[in-house]
Amino acid sequence: MKKVTGAEAIIKCLKEEGVSTIFGYPGGAITDLYDALMDADLKNIIVRHEQGAVHAADGYARVTGDVGVALLTSGPGATNGVTGIATAYCDSIPIVVLTGQVPRALIGNDAFQEVDIVGITRPCTKHNYLVGSAEELVPTLREAFHIARSGRPGPVLVDLPKDIITAKFDYPAKKAMTMPSYQPNTDPHPRQVEKACKAIMRAKCPVLYVGGGVILANAQDDLIELTRKLGIPVTMTLMGLGAFPGTDPLSMGMLGMHGSFCANMAVAECDLLIAVGARFDDRVTGKLSDFATKAKVIHIDVDPTSISKNVRVDIPIVADCRNALKAINIWFDTQPGINIEEEKACHQPWFETIQKWTEQHPMTWHDDESGIIKPQYVIEKLNELTGGDAIITTEVGQNQMWTAQFFKFNKARHLVTSGGLGTMGFGLPAAIGAQCAFPEKTVIDIAGDGSIQMNIQELATARQYNLPIKVAILNNNYLGMVRQWQELFYNRRYFATPMEVLPDFIDLAKAYGAVGLRATKKSEVEPVIKEALSTRNVVLMDFRIAREENVYPMVPAGKATTEMLLV
Amino acid sequence: MKHTISVQLRNKPGVLSRVTGLFSGRGFNIESLCVAETMDSELSVLTIVSRGDAAIIEQITKQLHKLIDVIKVTDMAELPYVEREMVLLRMKAVETTRAEVLRIADIFRAKVIDVSSKTFTIEVTGSSSKVNACIELLRPLGIKEIVRTGTVAMARAPKK
Ligand SMILES: Cc1ncc(C[n+]2csc(CCOP(=O)(O)OP(=O)(O)O)c2C)c(N)n1
Ligand SMILES: [Mg+2]
Repeated sequence: MKKVTGAEAIIKCLKEEGVSTIFGYPGGAITDLYDALMDADLKNIIVRHEQGAVHAADGYARVTGDVGVALLTSGPGATNGVTGIATAYCDSIPIVVLTGQVPRALIGNDAFQEVDIVGITRPCTKHNYLVGSAEELVPTLREAFHIARSGRPGPVLVDLPKDIITAKFDYPAKKAMTMPSYQPNTDPHPRQVEKACKAIMRAKCPVLYVGGGVILANAQDDLIELTRKLGIPVTMTLMGLGAFPGTDPLSMGMLGMHGSFCANMAVAECDLLIAVGARFDDRVTGKLSDFATKAKVIHIDVDPTSISKNVRVDIPIVADCRNALKAINIWFDTQPGINIEEEKACHQPWFETIQKWTEQHPMTWHDDESGIIKPQYVIEKLNELTGGDAIITTEVGQNQMWTAQFFKFNKARHLVTSGGLGTMGFGLPAAIGAQCAFPEKTVIDIAGDGSIQMNIQELATARQYNLPIKVAILNNNYLGMVRQWQELFYNRRYFATPMEVLPDFIDLAKAYGAVGLRATKKSEVEPVIKEALSTRNVVLMDFRIAREENVYPMVPAGKATTEMLLV
Repeated sequence: MKHTISVQLRNKPGVLSRVTGLFSGRGFNIESLCVAETMDSELSVLTIVSRGDAAIIEQITKQLHKLIDVIKVTDMAELPYVEREMVLLRMKAVETTRAEVLRIADIFRAKVIDVSSKTFTIEVTGSSSKVNACIELLRPLGIKEIVRTGTVAMARAPKK
């Protein structure tokens, strides 16, 4: 058999794993690999900063459900990727990050561009490897992909010493994966399923609390089936938005710190909380001792460590969300003596109570006659003019929360946002990954004037590969979310948050060969969006919004979620 | 509550730092930690003594299990087990105390493994409580130095 080089083996293995696109940036330790990639039929997206490469791979993974791949050089290339890796880790996104490393003989010698990236990323990867020999290279890569995509997904890093990339060896044949130390439990225990179903039958006021795990497991159809079958109202975390149609009458929208009044009230008053693929994050629960105090709790999650970590769970189901929801649906369909219509009807009074809460305090904002642009108006217009069908990425801050509140996500994998880590600078490179996956879809990064500057250099990447991404900057000339906290809790002492110098975003767009559009009045919003959507180029939209607009409702940190500050 | 947790893991570079990193990163406590290869050179067993309420110990065992290289996690509180720790003590051994040191060592079935004109080095093996009791009795006689291995533990063999 003909021997392959390490580089050729990596390429062959990536293809076997279904990879078609690599987001990366070159450097000494991986030059041999890029040399081989020049002749390989894989798409290479060369970014402008390694953080961008990892976010792009992450964005690609979020919209497709496939494993995203990033390739970085050793030393500074690898450390630049760390924020991207941590971002993917916090949101359980399957990516494989390949990093170059100095030759094995130099490891530990403080060689040029040597860092212990395996040590650095140990706490922010699902697993990581330093490949120790040429024979281990391919089996390690296969394991990496398997770990990244199975169980609770997450980032896996593989560090590749340069001399292994150039070594010559026989390409190992594919074998069945055996990892006795890694056996994620994906099938629900039938007894737990039965317990859960009986608890659902007994409940008068149930709530489904749905997180990103449902989307990761592609369980949206099973969730919709269960919800419609039994008339159970649904609230979603930031990561769960799109798992259930936002325009469905049973959707209460997002819960938690900036959640809807009705969602937070419903969780506080419900007698059964069915958590699916969610992890009771502090931004969701507020003060723990006051969270869902009247409810029995069912928790479905593939990761046992999530269960009973923050909130005591009565009926745990450790399983893939899709398998668990399917099992519950089957139970209700096949259990003798159950009248589904009756079950559903018994939730009607609860549904009416929730509707009253919605009427009392709908998710809304104050419009006025001044002509000043309200950010919520921009989001509603984006929603309307894209028919709700665009892929939306976000930056972090108020822009992200307004998007979550006012864009009606009806489909899974259409919101791409950094939830767990809250990484400013995520949205633009993530949009690059999303647009690579779906070249024909509208991809919009809803941004803040602060965040967009954190990875603005990726405009060049978007231009280079003809990715017609739209960026909608909600420009309040502030680090708005921090300013909002200063206004509410720090006596309006606006220090460190005014963006005293901003680039002219129109000129900036031009400098990158993109199109810049600006709206300073409400009446200009719609024409600007329409023009952007009909432009087959990168477009930067600069919406000059009301500077001190706040995100409401808001639960102050540490308060119970029923103690909301309202509009 | 004190818990002895036994962890079987793949004997690979960096595994120990995954375990200790987990404890420091999540603020779990380590009272002692002991690790070595097993009969199968591909596997190690690590015995960790930690402290925490039931919820914390549950998180510790789950988080350990989540590590890819960890094969099996056993909270010894759930089954009968035996545990041992070894301690080396360097005792002051002057005219007035020599006999008493030897007497106490004898009671605890400790061994004198090194002698100099002014010191005895003593090896004590037993459960932590036995070892601690021995140390407390010897302390007034003048301990110059102590080195402890930390606890190792093993589940008891089934009766049949
Ligand atoms: C990398 C990073 N640094 C700092 C923060 C803290 N932070 C959260 S929101 C925010 C302000 C964001 O400002 P902008 O992008 O203008 O968005 P706005 O809130 O004004 O919509 C800051 C600084 C963060 N989340 N990420
Ligand atoms: Mg801003």
